[in-house]
Amino acid sequence: MSTHFAYGVAVWILLWGLYGIVTSRHLVHLVGCLAVVQSSTYVLLLAIGYRTGGVAPIFKDVPPATAAVDPVVQALMLTDVVVQATVMALLLALSLEVGKKTDTFSPDAIRRMRG
Amino acid sequence: MNGARLFLFGLGAGALAIALLLAVSGLPPVGDFRGPYGELINGLAGPERHVSNAVGALVFDTRGFDTLLEEFILFGSVTGTAVLLRPTHRQSSEGGKQMAGSDAADRLLVLLLIGASVTFGYYVVTHGQLTPGGGFQGGALLASVPLLVYLACGPGLLYRIVPRELVSGAGAAGAALYAGIGLLGLAAGGAYLENVLPLGPARPSIVSGGTIPLLGLASGLEVGAGFALLIRVFLEERHRE
Repeated sequence: MSTHFAYGVAVWILLWGLYGIVTSRHLVHLVGCLAVVQSSTYVLLLAIGYRTGGVAPIFKDVPPATAAVDPVVQALMLTDVVVQATVMALLLALSLEVGKKTDTFSPDAIRRMRG
Repeated sequence: MNGARLFLFGLGAGALAIALLLAVSGLPPVGDFRGPYGELINGLAGPERHVSNAVGALVFDTRGFDTLLEEFILFGSVTGTAVLLRPTHRQSSEGGKQMAGSDAADRLLVLLLIGASVTFGYYVVTHGQLTPGGGFQGGALLASVPLLVYLACGPGLLYRIVPRELVSGAGAAGAALYAGIGLLGLAAGGAYLENVLPLGPARPSIVSGGTIPLLGLASGLEVGAGFALLIRVFLEERHRE
């Protein structure tokens, strides 16, 4: 069980993020919970690529044959974090506009789409 | 309403939890990394591309097309946000108001931080192929500088150093530069985004890596301009009310 603990952590974070989305009472809080769900995928990716005793995949001070962790998942995660920030910004701008138009930020109160 | 929703969520989350836990229990134990692809990249980033940052070589060379698409997601999100929060005819953005509660000590501290942030941001962008960093991280660091300026001197100076048209033009130029450098690969008879420029010294230095440092600079420009525009747009929105 302790060998797969990190994967369990990722699943735990995902489920709590989903709970936050479902029970959210404010649009900004909902966007934050979406960010939490996204960060659970980062934990999963990094756990898959981890090697016990491995160094970071930067070969400036260590010879190139040193055992290092997987760089592929790190490359995937690196761009994803920065892109997540801007997508969250877009979602927050949308929720700002919705709040201005309907005078409320509660997801339950905003029921019908108005053109 | 709440009780029924929570009950349904509990059912769904329970099923999802069981499915996910079953799925991850089939993965190899944490720390037992077997993938051959990662080890190949680690071993070949130095000899084949003359860079010491294997992650940087992946982001801008081996998986450079993936990064191009992520960059355009970023560009689209920034453009969408800037369009959503554009000033309408009735409103005009006022500047020059001092931030309430910022005195001389605050401003001095922030001004010192600005110098350090700009230097460090440029360092991270330009040394992406040598140490952990690269265009994306350095761009985000550089874009924190307008925020520091706003904290020190209020929105007026922020509007002056982050003009909308210039910064969104710079972001578009960064994205176009990245896509354009990829065309060099086609022009040289290879694949799009292939690393066709001279690779530089075998001992990784700031000019080694072929297209990798250039792509890093282009993405740093685009990410930095994108984030600065986001900061400007959101703070302008806040000061409009």
